Amino acid sequence: MSLKDSKDAHAELVKKLDLRNKKSILGDKFFKGLVIGASLYTLLMVALVLFSLSEGSIPIFVKEGFNFVIGTDWNAVEGRESFGALPYIIGTLVSSAIAMAIAVPISVGIAIFITEMIPKKLGTILSFVVELLAAVPSIVYGLWALFVFRFWIRDFVEEPLHNSFGDYISIFAKAPFGLDVFTAGIVLAIMIIPIITAVSREVMKAIPHSQKEAAYALGATRWEMVKTAILPSSKTGLMGASFLGLGRAIGETMLVTLIIGNAIGLAAIPTSLFSQSQTLSSIIANEFNEAANDLHLSALIGLGLVLFIITIFINIAAIFIISRVSKSYSNVRE
Amino acid sequence: MSNISNNDNNKEKSYKSIIRETTAKNASKRKMKNNLITVLLACFVIIAVIPLSSILIEVFKNGIGAFSFDFLFLPPGSIGSGGGGIGPAIQGTLMVVGFATLIGAPVGVLAGVFLSEYSSSSRVFAYILRLFNDVLTGIPSIVIGIAGYITIVLTMGSFSILAGAFVLSIIMIPIIARVSEETLKLVPNTLREAAYGLGLPKWKVVWHIVIKGSKSGILTSIVLAISRIAGETAPLIMTILGTSLFFSGINSPVDALPLRIWRLASQPYPSAHEQGWGAALLLILLVLSLSIALRMFAQKRSLTFKSTI
Repeated sequence: MSLKDSKDAHAELVKKLDLRNKKSILGDKFFKGLVIGASLYTLLMVALVLFSLSEGSIPIFVKEGFNFVIGTDWNAVEGRESFGALPYIIGTLVSSAIAMAIAVPISVGIAIFITEMIPKKLGTILSFVVELLAAVPSIVYGLWALFVFRFWIRDFVEEPLHNSFGDYISIFAKAPFGLDVFTAGIVLAIMIIPIITAVSREVMKAIPHSQKEAAYALGATRWEMVKTAILPSSKTGLMGASFLGLGRAIGETMLVTLIIGNAIGLAAIPTSLFSQSQTLSSIIANEFNEAANDLHLSALIGLGLVLFIITIFINIAAIFIISRVSKSYSNVRE
Repeated sequence: MSNISNNDNNKEKSYKSIIRETTAKNASKRKMKNNLITVLLACFVIIAVIPLSSILIEVFKNGIGAFSFDFLFLPPGSIGSGGGGIGPAIQGTLMVVGFATLIGAPVGVLAGVFLSEYSSSSRVFAYILRLFNDVLTGIPSIVIGIAGYITIVLTMGSFSILAGAFVLSIIMIPIIARVSEETLKLVPNTLREAAYGLGLPKWKVVWHIVIKGSKSGILTSIVLAISRIAGETAPLIMTILGTSLFFSGINSPVDALPLRIWRLASQPYPSAHEQGWGAALLLILLVLSLSIALRMFAQKRSLTFKSTI
């Protein structure tokens, strides 16, 4: 092999490598572009939701102004249109508050029971079962609540409460019917229990073992250990978990639509636990396809915007609380 | 931490009282409290399990009678007649979910790839993406449905399967992105380094080593998202509308199982209710079998779905 040959071969190799290098740089750029494009698409979707809702609700805000948020009328009849969201905002808040009052203690209790009180294997099985509750579609919850559960609630909870306290306490005053804000709150609670339980378990798992051991070493019983070592330091995280559940309860549509009784306007403001009511999402589901005119449609879109803003605030609060907690614990563990 | 100091308020108590606190009588009282609370918490678990079992029992009991060849393949009969079936709803659910997966799966997986493989070079963007992902997960599905109505239905001028698929894909994307990020991160770094050492460019490392190596995990994320959207009802009301006919073109309404359940439950006829239970049984079989299979599979690979429940 002469010197010239080897030089040629070398040049050819360099050329080949160069080409390959260029190709792979091109491939890299293309693939990175693809990946970033997909990420941008995700961001775009959030913007799309926000902008389309804002644009769609311009007509109603032009007509009603701030009155749309604090008004109580709901009338779609031509010439007498008047739309106010307040009853549905109150209905949403009341049904979610009932759900939270029931779901938070139960979920935290289940999380404590699963993580601290029983053997790990049994805990995995139990949490699996509880999480199956999250897999049941909400329309099936609605069907079950409409045809089965509401009679249980009416006969075993609402009527006894009404009969014994109805005359003295105004929130039990209305004759129970089963389709009301109370039933809706309870079924919502059942729906959000798996969410709050799952996040609470994560929060409790993150607590350093040394703390639990310290409590045990001081002679604490299991419950005293939970009370002194786990609950105080997971307080914030549990709040974040509850906020996540609250966000879900506020946005839940189908099951509420089927069982809250679908009152309209002023009547939708619940005066007792057993009143019919209406939430932001349920009135949208009920009336969207039967909207009488463009203004009515715009009012429903406006309700969607209000719902969007409420849930966004709650969810962002939950995200920040949970991320702060998990950060502080990872520091402790290091 | 100062939590243990909760018990410090007995500092001022006399020596004797401290002794008394640790006597056998007191210890049995504390044990009793411990046991009582354990029982109470066990009751909480039972309270949560009762609805689940009741739902399963009722759906099976009331739904199984509706099952027949006609029920599964025929379009609904006239209202109140009790005849016909839910054929269009089954077809519609399969189609809408299928199209939604075609849009949502690639976008979601690629966003997951970005979060797992490319985020180190642009931390701020990755942070924003994670935040927006979480925000997107938290938006109520009915709100996403309205957005789909405004952007697709109003532009096209008709309710359509496209609008439904688009809306469901928005719900899928954050779920797929989060879970596939988690599984991609499980690929050991040594594998990536070995591939780089052989001179592979980054995109080939990501494609051939990372993505192909966690194929099953990515599939898991997609199936999880499917099990989540198969039961969605609210966003379909304003996008595919629901109909009693089989699929008849890209710009006409289609039906879906959850929508059909809703319509059947709202009718005042017992025969419609029975069909509703039947449709619910079908839907719950689909969704529960998907999610049970997933969780068993995920437990084996020690994946967690905490961010997507």
